Amino acid sequence: MSDHEYTPKSKVGKWFNDRLPLLTLANHLTDYPTPKNLNYWWTFGGILTFCLITQIITGIVLGMHYVAHADLAFQSVEHIMRDVNYGWLIRYVHANGASMFFLAVYIHIFRSLYYGSYKSPREVIWIIGMLIYFLMMATAFMGYVLPWGQMSFWGATVITNLFSAIPLVGESITNWLWGGYSVDNPTLTRFFSLHYLFPFLILGLVVLHIWALHVPGNNNPIGIDIKKPSKDTVPFHPYIVIKDAFALLIFLLIFAFFVFFSPNILGHADNYIEANPLVTPAHIVPEWYLLPFYAILRSVPDKLLGVIAMFAAIFVLVILPWLDTSKVRSTVFRPIYKQFYWFLVADVLILGYVGAMPAEGLYLLIARVATAYYFAHFLIILPFLGMKEKTTPLPLSITEPVLGGSADMAMARNNSDFKEKL
Amino acid sequence: MSDSEKKKPNRRDFIVTATTAAGAVGVGAVVWPLVDQMNPDASVKALASTEVDISAVEPGQSITVLWRGKPVFIKRRTQDEIDSARAVDLSELKHPEKDEDRAKNPEWLVMLGVCTHLGCVPLNDKGDYGAWFCPCHGSHYDTSGRIRKGPAPTNMEVPKYEFVNSNTIKIG
Repeated sequence: MSDHEYTPKSKVGKWFNDRLPLLTLANHLTDYPTPKNLNYWWTFGGILTFCLITQIITGIVLGMHYVAHADLAFQSVEHIMRDVNYGWLIRYVHANGASMFFLAVYIHIFRSLYYGSYKSPREVIWIIGMLIYFLMMATAFMGYVLPWGQMSFWGATVITNLFSAIPLVGESITNWLWGGYSVDNPTLTRFFSLHYLFPFLILGLVVLHIWALHVPGNNNPIGIDIKKPSKDTVPFHPYIVIKDAFALLIFLLIFAFFVFFSPNILGHADNYIEANPLVTPAHIVPEWYLLPFYAILRSVPDKLLGVIAMFAAIFVLVILPWLDTSKVRSTVFRPIYKQFYWFLVADVLILGYVGAMPAEGLYLLIARVATAYYFAHFLIILPFLGMKEKTTPLPLSITEPVLGGSADMAMARNNSDFKEKL
Repeated sequence: MSDSEKKKPNRRDFIVTATTAAGAVGVGAVVWPLVDQMNPDASVKALASTEVDISAVEPGQSITVLWRGKPVFIKRRTQDEIDSARAVDLSELKHPEKDEDRAKNPEWLVMLGVCTHLGCVPLNDKGDYGAWFCPCHGSHYDTSGRIRKGPAPTNMEVPKYEFVNSNTIKIG
């Protein structure tokens, strides 16, 4: 936080600010000192805020035309697509927007994993972020049920049945979730209600996430503590604002490509068939962003243990700040962790791939190995590596590697090239 | 506070405890309706039973009817299928149940067509046991609807049903 006192220049501004210090807040956000070495991986916070706002606006509009009833929902979605002015555009933005939201959140999370942004003193930011991620998955799942197609219905059936694995009370809980003895109209109406509510909970958590971020300030690619404000920082506006805006434009190009040129490529054709409780589609798959967890669920042959493994895969991320024992944040200075980091990225991609394939034969074997490795990474490799690994020397400040005296040879060399050009 | 004051509960402690207890009951009374409203309502419970005409079902055929929003399989089994279901040694089963207990009239098998893993509808005449196979996560069931292979924990459930007459089954 900027420590200097702020006083509005105008008399009216001062009068208002004394009563509600909104201008102080605006000034804090504008002047907020940001490390000057932030790279483009740091632009996804802004992109994610954009995604959330887009989903809320398009969602409110869709809610004006959608009918949450088992007999009418499917038709009302087709009505939006065919009759409502620009309905097709708004729905495709909303549906693909969910995928874009997850694409951005996965990059954002893996950015944190690479640069150690979850480590002290940023554990609370990380945990709030994980809560947001969990709510995002719940919201996306319930949203996918609303069109009441075959994938909606059977996806809802499979996911709600996860709770039937709980001993003794499992059946009562699923009946309570459904409001009946199967997924039916009461399930649809409550999913609609909660799908409308959750984005606002996420919005509240985003405010806390940013608030918690502004206490210690941003981590940075070098991962060292910096003095704020100092020559290592730049004010948020205009430096970060313009960089975020540029990254957002590039992101919107990809977003627009999906919306206008392949709006259904991330969905399933089965969801254009109205829900039928008597016929299960031959191959049920969740949306792509849930596939790694789905693969973990299916890789365990026992029902209860499979469900536990799936939830544990998320929970292990929540306690990550205490599993990674290394004090060095940035992977740049952790040569061995760097390799394991990329193994983890590959492992999650493999899990995602086998999650989309039938759970049999070689796929099942791969899923089991990848699941075991996923847990080994967090529960075995990270705690031990932090104690054993020999890290490379950290620079004293962000400016130091640029102005010479860097321990990092590559950086020093770039630096001398730079000087020659001058 | 001195030690003697700490040990002896006074009137204020009593009021605090009594208020907290009354408050907890009050919160419970407010929360329970909000939780219970999500349970199956009267209109859902009212659809508790359904009658099915089975006169047109030939041996080897199976029909599927909807009961409480769930599919119910009514299978008229062939002698081969009955024999293979009854010949199984109970020790081979993950969820040991005698076929005699599942199908009181051996020719008719009535059960919920819901995989006990995650609730998909298994396909008929498929799988390693020539009976039911769940396409979602690969559970194989035998001709008595018992789980034989795959992630499902239990046999497909047999609902409460009765023969109203030789041509009609009442489920529920």
